[in-house]
Amino acid sequence: MTTTRRDVLSAGLAAASAAVTPSVVHAQGHDHADDHDHQDVPSDPALRVKALESLMVAKGLVDRAALDALIDNYEHKTGPRNGARVVARAWVDAEYKKRLLKDANAAIAELGYGGTNLTVVENSTKIHNLIVCTLCSCYPWAVLGLPPVWYKSAAYRSRSVIDPRGVLSEFGVTLADDVEVRVWDSTADLRYLVLPERPAGTSGLTEAQLAALVTRDAMVGVAKVLPPQGANA
Amino acid sequence: MNGAHDMGGMQDMGPIAPERDEPVFHADWERRMFALFNAVDVEWPYRRTQIELIPPAGYLRMSYYERWLAALPQILIKTGMASAAEIESGKAIGGTNAKWHVLTVAEVATWDVPQPATTEKIKAHTQLHVGQRVRARNLNPVGHTRLPRYVRGKVGTITRDGGIEELQDTDIQGLGPKRQHVYTVRFSARELWGDQASPRDSVYADLWEGYLESA
Repeated sequence: MTTTRRDVLSAGLAAASAAVTPSVVHAQGHDHADDHDHQDVPSDPALRVKALESLMVAKGLVDRAALDALIDNYEHKTGPRNGARVVARAWVDAEYKKRLLKDANAAIAELGYGGTNLTVVENSTKIHNLIVCTLCSCYPWAVLGLPPVWYKSAAYRSRSVIDPRGVLSEFGVTLADDVEVRVWDSTADLRYLVLPERPAGTSGLTEAQLAALVTRDAMVGVAKVLPPQGANA
Repeated sequence: MNGAHDMGGMQDMGPIAPERDEPVFHADWERRMFALFNAVDVEWPYRRTQIELIPPAGYLRMSYYERWLAALPQILIKTGMASAAEIESGKAIGGTNAKWHVLTVAEVATWDVPQPATTEKIKAHTQLHVGQRVRARNLNPVGHTRLPRYVRGKVGTITRDGGIEELQDTDIQGLGPKRQHVYTVRFSARELWGDQASPRDSVYADLWEGYLESA
């Protein structure tokens, strides 16, 4: 999978008439994290971004501390653990779930999340929801953080509306014919989060233990939440 | 614009290839690019427009943040935030530019937390309502639009009034007022893709009233 990502990146760099230097390729691989003395050679995009940042700082257009805060926020603070807390709360608290499905903005605010105009759609044995943004990369940052590369890829954006069952099968989710698939294309300023089905064998788990089972992919709708290892269904 | 970005319904784009344990960023320049592009003082429709203006062959070859890197200089030049010569040289020639808002740390801290509800009651006249059958208009604007090609001319049912939002189109002529209702419209998969599609499945899209007509 790293190979695929690397190929895509290489192609993009070639398009930008840039050499693929080890520093960028290196950042893709998890298989060799500690070698190469040329790791600090900046690749072309690295140089160009650095130049743009210096210029924007010099022009008084950006504050470096705010840039650092943005990165820190989405790399370390705001991510799918937020959404997982929302899902787990809905699983253990029927009244919260009602509020979440009726007015998701108010319900996630109860847990301290906001800044997005959110709608939550519920999966069941008969309905499976899938979230996409065919036009760009719209995604509920406040509860899921930044989208993964595959969510922003041409393959996912193009096919999820015309062949959602094929897309789901690529993620290992096979749906019976009698399950209704609802694809939500985030074409305006409304954002979507899937409330996955609570897996069997989890009645004894605490809210925090349940939250630990909930994955980003399940909240986008490309996966189901699996029971904990060793659980009796 | 009927550009490469409007991908819904295209085929043969390859496998989806999710990356296991994917990091939020794949290189440090992606971090900085993410931050710069979010901090620049323009609205998202304007950012998206500049991304969509990347010629299709380049758009499809570039990675996500490479597109942002291609679009940001255009934003700076077209808004007058910086000149082409400054971007070329990397040196500020014209001095600072105080016209623009500089994003602060305190503002970043408000992004993903609940904000006090606005007391302003926005109203917009509407001809449509939940439950109504509507057809997405066959519009092909050359500028930015949020009406994807694959729903144009198709008939669906309004399932929700999503509230009032500003149109994001570059050219709003013929679309009605700037602020108007956004409706969630359910299109059956068969309406969009024909008889080979599942009779049960559907696609929901959020569409401004100006994109719709009663069917």
